[in-house]
Amino acid sequence: MVVQIQGMELFAIGVVMIMFVAVLKGFGILEPMSSFEDSSESDLELSTVRHQPEGLDQLQVQTKFTKKELQSLYRGFKNECPSGLVDEETFKTIYSQFFPQGDATTYAHFLFNAFDMDRNGSIRFEDFVIGLSVLLRGTVTEKLNWAFNLYDINKDGYITKEEMLAIMKSIYDMMGRYTYPSVRDEAPSEHVDKFFQKMDRNRDGVVTIDEFIETCQKDENIMNSMQLFENVL
Amino acid sequence: MAAGVAAWLPFARAAAIGWMPVANCPMPIAPRDHTKRLDELIILNVSGRRFQTWRTTLDRYPDTLLGSSEKQFFYDEETKEYFFDRDPDSFRSILNFYRTGKLHYPRYECISAYDEELTFFGIIPEIIGDCCYEEYKDRKRENAERLQDDQDDNKDCKLPNMTYRETMWRAFENPHTSTMALVFYYVTGFFIAISVLTNVIETVPCGATPSQKDMPCGERYTVAFFCMDTACVLIFTVEYLMRLFAAPSRYQFMRSVMSIIDVVAIFPYYIGLVMTDNEDVSGAFVTLRVFRVFRIFKFSRHSQGLRILGYTLKSCASELGFLLFSLTMAIIIFATVMFYAEKGSSSTKFTSIPASFWYTIVTMTTLGYGDMVPKTIAGKIFGSICSLSGVLVIALPVPVIVSNFSRIYHQNQRADKRRAQKVQKARLARIRIAQAGSSCTGFLQSKRNDLLNDLLELTGSEEEELLLSKSMSLLESQHHHLLHCLEKTTAHEFMDEQLYEQNCLETTVQSCTSRSPSLSSQDTPIGTCCTRRVKRNSPLPNSSMHLQPSHQHGPLQQLSALHIQCGDKLPRTTRLYPIQVASP
Repeated sequence: MVVQIQGMELFAIGVVMIMFVAVLKGFGILEPMSSFEDSSESDLELSTVRHQPEGLDQLQVQTKFTKKELQSLYRGFKNECPSGLVDEETFKTIYSQFFPQGDATTYAHFLFNAFDMDRNGSIRFEDFVIGLSVLLRGTVTEKLNWAFNLYDINKDGYITKEEMLAIMKSIYDMMGRYTYPSVRDEAPSEHVDKFFQKMDRNRDGVVTIDEFIETCQKDENIMNSMQLFENVL
Repeated sequence: MAAGVAAWLPFARAAAIGWMPVANCPMPIAPRDHTKRLDELIILNVSGRRFQTWRTTLDRYPDTLLGSSEKQFFYDEETKEYFFDRDPDSFRSILNFYRTGKLHYPRYECISAYDEELTFFGIIPEIIGDCCYEEYKDRKRENAERLQDDQDDNKDCKLPNMTYRETMWRAFENPHTSTMALVFYYVTGFFIAISVLTNVIETVPCGATPSQKDMPCGERYTVAFFCMDTACVLIFTVEYLMRLFAAPSRYQFMRSVMSIIDVVAIFPYYIGLVMTDNEDVSGAFVTLRVFRVFRIFKFSRHSQGLRILGYTLKSCASELGFLLFSLTMAIIIFATVMFYAEKGSSSTKFTSIPASFWYTIVTMTTLGYGDMVPKTIAGKIFGSICSLSGVLVIALPVPVIVSNFSRIYHQNQRADKRRAQKVQKARLARIRIAQAGSSCTGFLQSKRNDLLNDLLELTGSEEEELLLSKSMSLLESQHHHLLHCLEKTTAHEFMDEQLYEQNCLETTVQSCTSRSPSLSSQDTPIGTCCTRRVKRNSPLPNSSMHLQPSHQHGPLQQLSALHIQCGDKLPRTTRLYPIQVASP
């Protein structure tokens, strides 16, 4: 019995002390405890990343767009990304909106890497416009170069079967589930095999840039489709 | 598709070059941009204030006034601007909708003026962004209720040729309509008061007779009180029956709260009449008398404030529920603690945890009767914590209840019809509208029109092509072309969800029959992508069969023009793959 009373009293006294400390903290008297955590957080908020592009004239020199085209491109770009930079997440969101039925995020990732030439994790307006200039106004060889760059994920100059399979899977992902005929699991790898059969001349398991360009130039279908988007802007 | 993202469509289309080397099939032709004009500034003069914007900004929403050709009606040739005789302040938010794709509702704006502006410019209010939508809906509801109230007030006017029954009902509901009604109103009120008073005085001890000790008046003057009671109950019964007779919908009247109160008020008397001098049930009889006190609720017909109070409590049910729940939790916790704290002390009143409940409730509500008092130090500490926390727990939900009461009171007891169900349904509808532009159904629908389009393209008449594509804006046709290219790259087609499920069963059957033994593996890629197998469960099987013979060569010719590669292989494909042309 006596032990019980003492136990409860100790407990009561403990509770009172905790409340005392809490009240003191509330009044800000017990400051040294809390100050360590707060100071580091406040600095991060100030630096929001922002980027201004190079001048209009310089961009005109670097790309094949006219001044008016560059102006309208920049207006659209800045509207969607007011800070002047596109990070990967925003890029994926924007690109996914064009393919509502499927999952465009993987392909958007590859596309992002193809545009982000200096590999710093964000696309500036210059990267954007230079990429577009190649795609819309470049020669067929330049376009094929760009496509090769897209497929070559690790940028080592060779397209391996694994890289092509990853790209193919991401393209098929964009179709989504509801397709006719329904996408079988082997469809991407079959497509890759066909691609390698066509492109890989010396059968060494990789496709180099020369093999790629040579084969594409011989294929009428591909040459015609390259001209398809000339009047986009 | 969101307006801002439409600006990135050229980029998405350019990036599609990445699919070209991979694709095995030829790509469809891109839609031509007939109306290619350089972007220009448009001046919108709204009551003297000039707004300027790019033409493409306005073209983003072609089904509104500013985005369509409807604005030509407002074009002023001399000043080369579009003049609108509307409020320039509201026009700001409308123009911002075109610029940012989000419609905002400014708080200072009157709701009906804003609605009018939206209707004028052809914008549906459901597009209002999430940030402003709640506010908009609230204001709209308030306004609608205010208008409804105004309508209700006008109903009091006397209509000619009302039946006797209708006159009676009107007299009951609105006492100030005629003198008779007013008299009736006051008489019933008076009798309610009398009845309640007699119930109260019945129990007061009247003077003591020499023979017995103090008796309550009820037992001393039994006859008098009985007569009083009878008179009141008679009046109430007559009143109830008259109301029942006059009610337009008797069933609904009987279900209403007021009629239930009336019934509860007069029933005990009749039951008492039936069950007189029966010793067994006299206990129950006494209980029944308690129900007589419910007559006081009949006053709520006479007092608006009472009705509002009852209504407030009903509408604050969730806050009251929360209060009750948190109180229960705290009571149990503190009662347990107090019991164990006081267990040690001798002759303690805290004999069990339920017994401590009483102490906890009395302390938390700061009543403090003092019949149960902790004696140990631990008990006193916990007791003080208990009373402090009681103040907090009770103080928290009370302001909500108070503000509710004041709002309802000031709005003069309007029914708060915000049911979660309705809000949820409306929100889902909004989301569906916003997504309708981005879903693939537009693309799938246009595919059904595709064959017709392609045939016309071949014949080359531009006017017909324009006619057909009028329904689809250039942006949509470009987006559809992009999706079409993707289909060609992967040699698969997009489908509707429902059709996919239906075809799942059919394709298993199909795959057996379609693969004829003479096919070698290298034919399949060209076979599947060159033949336009627009397979659908056509609702008009007759017409599709009818069209088959005449169109068999049509699409083939079209294929040969567009798809250069297929030249040699065509004869083989005609034999093996019968083309099903489904009519759009």
